[in-house]
Amino acid sequence: MLTRRQTLAVGAGGLAVTMLPAVGWSATADDIIAAFTGGATPGSDGIFLDVPEIAENGNTVPVGVNAPGAEEIIIVATDNPQPGVATFRFGEAAGSHSVSTRIRLGGTQDVVAVARMADGSFVQAAAEVKVTIGGCGG
Amino acid sequence: MSDVRPRIRAPRDAAAGSSVNIRTLISHPMESGTRRDSDGTLVPRQIINRFACTFNGRSVIDMDIEPGVSANPYIEFDAVVDESGTFEFTWYDDDGTVYSATHEIAVS
Repeated sequence: MLTRRQTLAVGAGGLAVTMLPAVGWSATADDIIAAFTGGATPGSDGIFLDVPEIAENGNTVPVGVNAPGAEEIIIVATDNPQPGVATFRFGEAAGSHSVSTRIRLGGTQDVVAVARMADGSFVQAAAEVKVTIGGCGG
Repeated sequence: MSDVRPRIRAPRDAAAGSSVNIRTLISHPMESGTRRDSDGTLVPRQIINRFACTFNGRSVIDMDIEPGVSANPYIEFDAVVDESGTFEFTWYDDDGTVYSATHEIAVS
């Protein structure tokens, strides 16, 4: 765990490093996905990720994910300073296993959605979004 | 924060057993904690970290939110309605504030 002081000291080293989160959370996208799946290899059927091919403004990129039968879905932005974006859990009154939101992307990168299905299996979809202006305030 | 305002777009009536589309937006800067102000000082993180929606007390969706979600978080999803009732929407701020909204729907 980096202290704020250490984070600032490291941050002086380069612009890329200044993107480190102040709380010192440095889990990678792979770490986050592995923690979600428990190391299982996700399949690729039955999950649909809807993202634009090109996003002019990385501050607000529309993302939709639909995984019929999913109990829980995570969205990960692989190259963001904090790759974890959101976790959705569907309840008994859910009308679909589909959700849309808007996310920040620091630059061109893959967006990944992973769903945990009712039978405990996992499925994953990924798509690259080309970002013209990054959304990390850097 | 004073200017935080939740907005809900959802139908006022629906057929029993049908699925209705719900769109929510809450005005909030979603300060990521990685941004620097003009003096180069890190602006402390303050985001909405969780959102939940229930219908007559039963969960529709529960969402954990990280700083990667855009300012003014927009969330769209579907709920199945089998009886008339009330949607309750709750947003949880890093500073401990809880914002809430409700929406009534008549089911026939």
